[in-house]
Amino acid sequence: MNEFIQHIINGISMGAIYALIALGYTMVYGILQFINFAHADIYMVGAFASYYLARFFQLGEHPHWSWFFIALGLSTLVCALLGFAIEKIAYRPLRKSPKLNILITAIGVSLFLEYAGQLLFGVDPKLFPPLLTESVLFSIGGINVMSLDVIILGISILAMFVLHRVVYHSKLGKAMRAVSQNSTVAAMLGISIDRVISFTFILGSSLAGIAAVLVGMRYPKIEPMMGMLMGTKAFVAAVLGGIGSLPGAVLGGLIMGLSEEMVVGYLQSTYRDALSFGILIVILIFKPTGLLGTKRIEKV
Amino acid sequence: MSNNKLLEIKEISIQFGGLKAVDRFSMDLESGELAGLIGPNGAGKTTVFNLLTGVYSPQTGSIDLEGQPIHRKKTFEISRLGIARTFQNIRLFKDLSVLDNILLGQHHRTQYGIWQVVLQTPGFQREEAQKKEEALELLKIFNLEKKQSAPAGALPYGEQRKLEILRALATKPKLLLLDEPAAGMNHSETTGLMEIISMIRERFNLTILLIEHDMKFVMKICEKIHVLDHGVKIAEGIPSYIQNHAEVIKAYLGTDEELH
Amino acid sequence: MMKSAPLISFVILALMGLMLDQFLNPYLQRTMALVLVNIILAMSLNLVNGYTGQFSLGHAGFMAIGAYTSAYLSTHWVAPAAIVPHLLFFIFYSLVSGCFAAIAGWLVGQPSLRLKGDYLAIVTLGFGEIIRVIILNSSALGGARGYFGIPGPSPISFGGLALNAFYSFYLVAILWVLTCFFVIYRTISSTHGRAFMSIREDEIAADSLGIHTTRVKVKSFVLSSFFAGVAGSLFSHCMNFIAPSTFSMLMSINVVIMVVLGGMGSMTGPILAAVIISVLPEALRPLQELTGQDYRMVIYSLILIVLMLVRPQGLLGHKEIWNFWRKTRVE
Repeated sequence: MNEFIQHIINGISMGAIYALIALGYTMVYGILQFINFAHADIYMVGAFASYYLARFFQLGEHPHWSWFFIALGLSTLVCALLGFAIEKIAYRPLRKSPKLNILITAIGVSLFLEYAGQLLFGVDPKLFPPLLTESVLFSIGGINVMSLDVIILGISILAMFVLHRVVYHSKLGKAMRAVSQNSTVAAMLGISIDRVISFTFILGSSLAGIAAVLVGMRYPKIEPMMGMLMGTKAFVAAVLGGIGSLPGAVLGGLIMGLSEEMVVGYLQSTYRDALSFGILIVILIFKPTGLLGTKRIEKV
Repeated sequence: MSNNKLLEIKEISIQFGGLKAVDRFSMDLESGELAGLIGPNGAGKTTVFNLLTGVYSPQTGSIDLEGQPIHRKKTFEISRLGIARTFQNIRLFKDLSVLDNILLGQHHRTQYGIWQVVLQTPGFQREEAQKKEEALELLKIFNLEKKQSAPAGALPYGEQRKLEILRALATKPKLLLLDEPAAGMNHSETTGLMEIISMIRERFNLTILLIEHDMKFVMKICEKIHVLDHGVKIAEGIPSYIQNHAEVIKAYLGTDEELH
Repeated sequence: MMKSAPLISFVILALMGLMLDQFLNPYLQRTMALVLVNIILAMSLNLVNGYTGQFSLGHAGFMAIGAYTSAYLSTHWVAPAAIVPHLLFFIFYSLVSGCFAAIAGWLVGQPSLRLKGDYLAIVTLGFGEIIRVIILNSSALGGARGYFGIPGPSPISFGGLALNAFYSFYLVAILWVLTCFFVIYRTISSTHGRAFMSIREDEIAADSLGIHTTRVKVKSFVLSSFFAGVAGSLFSHCMNFIAPSTFSMLMSINVVIMVVLGGMGSMTGPILAAVIISVLPEALRPLQELTGQDYRMVIYSLILIVLMLVRPQGLLGHKEIWNFWRKTRVE
């Protein structure tokens, strides 16, 4: 039983990270109806940015709260800039061309980041320095609640809360929702589509930047290909929850994290990575709109 | 009641979100009839076409073609049963040749299998030649046979509309649905189109239902007119009756479209 | 198209092969063999991605099925030594491999081809990965260590002329290259191929003409998977060793690059691109030796991005090599 609860805790904290990245997929999809294949590689770049920051200042030797927040800020900033730039350089010129072209470009950008990352950072995994000292926060009936899990969950919830405020209560957020409902009408009403799209990429990529530091602390091995697997899992989470739906992405992330933890705990860990695809296929066949998604009506 | 009823629509409805796009719509079409479906913009005319062709399924009601229910069938099945259509925003296969567009209309009547194609059997060659000949015959109706190898997207707008009608005819339909066939055509082209619609109706023994905004066109060509407004049918009858129908006039008031 | 064209081209290519066999060094021969495998991969993926307009990212999965089927068959059911039955056995291995891959293609295609665009790409990617994970966990197929000792066709001695093992392989490979080429080429100029293209152009319109679009898509997918399986089989006999890591997503993407670079919906474009992409690593070798870094994938990815920005139709677009040839002759 204790073991089970431990798995639940692990699952939730991993799920929160999936959710952060899934939000980026779902936001871009909601606006542009395309899968930003490069999203998870932006996350990888964020992880390396904070890694080099930490190494440069030798932060790992004296973990401290302030370092953690500086790393978090830097990673978020780098990711936001990168997301903004990718959209502007690679995706924007193709907005009017067939979907397939943008999809291919996105795959190209993803591969570019991965392999340029291999050249720049090296192929071997790097050890992410501990920015905070890990401690047992409290324990109930033999279950240790680690500080790290609480921090991950806390930061994730905070980020999601901020996102919620921005999307539902700010002017740009309203514009964002208008564009995702109907971009033609939104443009007629004077909303600058370009600005909204840039904003969406910045927002989504920032969340990936936050996730990058959180993952780095939890699974301290980082390498240029780390985005690939994370990307597919987070994407599956977004589809599971209903792509285009923000609460859906969070729900999907949690389910993903929990079910993965269960597979590792009670089945075979080699199947963990195939699990996400299994879930995806089942979802797409039986309920393509996902748990909280709505159906788009195709205009004829 | 006449016995040669081709199509029978009973109280079909569909709703998107909270909006009732089509609300308990009923309509009968006699075999050989040429009917019009009119209404202000957004009245749900194209949605009726989409319901008839299985793009959407009606949430209530039924549609019978020659006494056989079709409202649960898929688009391709309905097409094979004899309903063909054109689209409001022309949907040709733009990169394919004019001839290929017509040949695709004949696809489901083509018998040969992939093996025969791979081995280039005489049976395949005979059938392919015969299908091409049929397609050329169709193209001749609109004098398009000289442009058979041009990509369909390269044709001028009016010819694209014509090609789309021919492609629909290639499926050998009983009922032809035309969605704004005269849109974007000038006066003389429209007159020509009227003659051709009458001609193909005779020649192919067709029943035709058309959506059109050009009222002169509709009043002149259609034997019976059905009027939709906000998804509800508000009138049906012969052109002279519709032109003076109070509710129809009211529905069109304040719009740019003219009834006369 | 002449009915005897396949036979004539086979004879010509077989004669050309005699020269390749005598004059190319073994290293270049192996590159040549991989070119042939890649040509089949590119042509078959083009059927789905180019002609049918569906985006599949799972080609490596079907290739893996073919490769493992062939590896298993050829090690458990060894080909006899006599030359004609020997070659027939290898053709038989690839035929069975193709059929297995086609069955897998049918199973994958049925549910997933109802999905569109990006979703299909992700699902096919997922299926590819699942196939790989299954192989990874199957000890009969060598698991993660891979499958060793896959035989290739033996040397031929023909009268006084002694030919290398390369030539035996080459004969089997060009037989399949030509089969693949002519099957696809003939299909696309028939009603079946036109139906593929109608889906690429406008699925809703195709539906309205009575075309059973899902079935047509599955047909294209199955045909494509068949040849991917054949290519996998040839690959296994060429390399003599295969491992699950060979058939990762990168392999699929590699094939996608060939199709996109060559021009989706061109017969000869992807063939051209397959040659370029297979030879490019060799061309880049000096750069690699100079810097000690492998720039290949960075260059590929940049090709993809720049291509989409500058020339999204690929090198040849919908045209064929001979279209350019004729044009210049007329002028």
